[in-house]
Amino acid sequence: MADRADTPNTRDGAGGDNRPALALHVPEPRSRPGDPVNFSDFTISEAGVQPRPDESAKPEDMKDLAFDLVRVLGDDNKAHGPWDPKLDPETLRTMLGHMAMVRAFDERMFRGQRQGKTSFYMKCTGEEATSVAASMALASDDMVFPSYRQQGILIARGYPLIEMINQIYSNKGDKLKGRQLPIMYSSREHSFFSISGNLATQTPQAVGWAMASAIKGDSRIAATWVGEGSTAEGDFHSACTFATVYNAPVILNVINNQWAISSFSGFAGGERTTFAARALGYGLAGLRVDGNDALACYAAQQWAANRARANHGPTLIEYFTYRAEGHSTSDDPSGYRSAQEREEWPLGDPVMRLKNHLIAIGEWDEDRQVAMDKACAEEVKATTKEAEKNGILGHGLHHPFRTMFEDVFEDLPWHLKEQAEQATHERITKFGSERPDA
Amino acid sequence: MSTETQIASEAEAPGERRINMIEAINEALDVMLTRDDNVVVMGEDIGYFGGVFRCTAGLQAKHGKTRVFDTPINECGIIGAAVGMGAYGLRPVPEIQFADYIYPGLDQLISEAARLRYRSASEYIAPMTVRSPFGGGIFGGQTHSQSPESLFTHVAGLKTVIPATPYDAKGLLISCIEDNDPVVFFEPKRIYNGPFTGFYDKPVEPWKKHPDAIVPEGYYKIPLGKARHVSEGEALTVLAYGTMVHVAEAVCREKGVDAEILDLRTLVPLDIEAIEASVEKTGRCLIVHEATRTSGFGAELSALVTERCFYHLEAPVERVTGFDTPYPHSLEWAYFPGPVRIGEAIDKILKD
Repeated sequence: MADRADTPNTRDGAGGDNRPALALHVPEPRSRPGDPVNFSDFTISEAGVQPRPDESAKPEDMKDLAFDLVRVLGDDNKAHGPWDPKLDPETLRTMLGHMAMVRAFDERMFRGQRQGKTSFYMKCTGEEATSVAASMALASDDMVFPSYRQQGILIARGYPLIEMINQIYSNKGDKLKGRQLPIMYSSREHSFFSISGNLATQTPQAVGWAMASAIKGDSRIAATWVGEGSTAEGDFHSACTFATVYNAPVILNVINNQWAISSFSGFAGGERTTFAARALGYGLAGLRVDGNDALACYAAQQWAANRARANHGPTLIEYFTYRAEGHSTSDDPSGYRSAQEREEWPLGDPVMRLKNHLIAIGEWDEDRQVAMDKACAEEVKATTKEAEKNGILGHGLHHPFRTMFEDVFEDLPWHLKEQAEQATHERITKFGSERPDA
Repeated sequence: MSTETQIASEAEAPGERRINMIEAINEALDVMLTRDDNVVVMGEDIGYFGGVFRCTAGLQAKHGKTRVFDTPINECGIIGAAVGMGAYGLRPVPEIQFADYIYPGLDQLISEAARLRYRSASEYIAPMTVRSPFGGGIFGGQTHSQSPESLFTHVAGLKTVIPATPYDAKGLLISCIEDNDPVVFFEPKRIYNGPFTGFYDKPVEPWKKHPDAIVPEGYYKIPLGKARHVSEGEALTVLAYGTMVHVAEAVCREKGVDAEILDLRTLVPLDIEAIEASVEKTGRCLIVHEATRTSGFGAELSALVTERCFYHLEAPVERVTGFDTPYPHSLEWAYFPGPVRIGEAIDKILKD
């Protein structure tokens, strides 16, 4: 038996031996409520200087683009460099119009929640370009697997606003029969996958869809959106692995808006490297993009779409942006971050930047912007009124009672039939037989 | 079919074809890959190699690498990709190499596949059949022996199917693949090669000697939600599935008990009519499963029988199950709900 006193006690912590005590690092964001904000350490490269590789480039030959920031719109509001997608003014105005509409819609729906018309809403203020501009670079029948902050895709694809509002109100017009939390849209007609509400689950599904498209020799590709915080989920890493293994025609869009509810990007590993750099370990093409630069967002998505469509493989794109508002109507960011962050965000506001670009090239002016914003607000307001005829949450005008049991399975098995009868019985007990189905 | 096959002899008659459960599953996959271009088979080691249990042997060579392919060791990715493939319009048949490995894919099954139809109001569906060998009795230790069926029967929107014979394995698997809802198809690996009776100290019989190994070539279906009468009887009803059907049958035969044995085949949707009819006739009910006892599917069966057949019961419902421990490697047969445990439960029910 060895003498226990001779054995170094490694469990003794500091002072147990002469090795240094270990220290746990718990990430801390750059500023908390009331703190001044200093972004001087941000390295923001000049617009137009990033090289644009061929879409068939090997990931290791474009490594720098996973750490740099692809930017097109310069401080002079002009488009610069090889990533300029050279969109015609009409397309740019359409893009600006969609982004303005998203902002007007968000404003109205947020207020609607505060007025008690629904339970929940999520704005995407500051991130409009990452969904609107990016999705405009896809074909309309490319399949998108969004997270919960990509309402811009639906608006860019022409999904009727009234359908969105009916869903948000969970009313009798809601195509999803009032089953989903507000903003968890689904539209097969718009190649828009049902939003889960669980995080990052859509990412391997997008890869599976893309694999199916490749199995079938189709030409459609898939794209998915996920927050930087959710890239910590195993599903995201499953998606990256499957994407690279099968060279799937898919685009993995990571929206780095700096905040996952109250957890800053450091809790997903953002202190150590970029999210685009995740691509390199998997052998995926990686691009890091100024997410508040609508032209850069479009150009990056277009590059990745061309690459996927030509069987050159998947791309992981990090859009570097800022969540200007709270996580949702249930969140109060003043409890965990400095309000100054938004004011001083060094990459500006995506709507303003695109507007200023159009003005700088002589294709837009302030008056037209004011008129457009007003038209958007009025359209949303009128559509809201229309949707309210179908009811608002909790005011009776929901889908018929029996629909609760539909779509669990394709057919109703005996146990659900019995439970549906019980539910109807409870209904009659409560309200009388006149409205058993109300 | 099953009633006809009960009277077939042990010897293969001319023109008859007897195959084991692995071959039956392989045939079902082959039939469906041939009939439907949208069927794809994927999983760890299932491609060129043909699967660790050989269930997919030869399928890649016959149907091509884009229809039958290996996957990364990533169950979340396998099931997640299958959800996306289903949304595209394919009918993926993913294999999870052991049921014990299915847990990393649970969120994709429970929160995604099972709810996609509901949450999208049928805009999107997840028509997948997740095949997975389950159950013990092969000295697989605690990570190659589990029976996690009740984790899945508890989930709204999932179907759970467990065959007990080669004939059923083929017909049920074809039904599952054609079903528009996600199905978990658990294959009792202890009876892949023969109908294990639980008497582990006796020689194992091959399927060749069993009439339910007579499997027609080509396409046929066994509907989901229909139990199989293994034997007609008056003394008690035995509810079982998978391996335990054969163990219960052997014990009843050995003891000379006139049992009515129901092989449930599908746990969700359950054949409640067959269960009620049988228990109302016999007045006694024994439930047998290999899975752990607490919150096992036997608890659901026991509750259903008690709720629905109480005034026909002449004795309390009995459950014979595995113990509430992990599956122990060296003490496998002490864990397994074998002839002693089943026999004593039968004695108890019949005595009351």
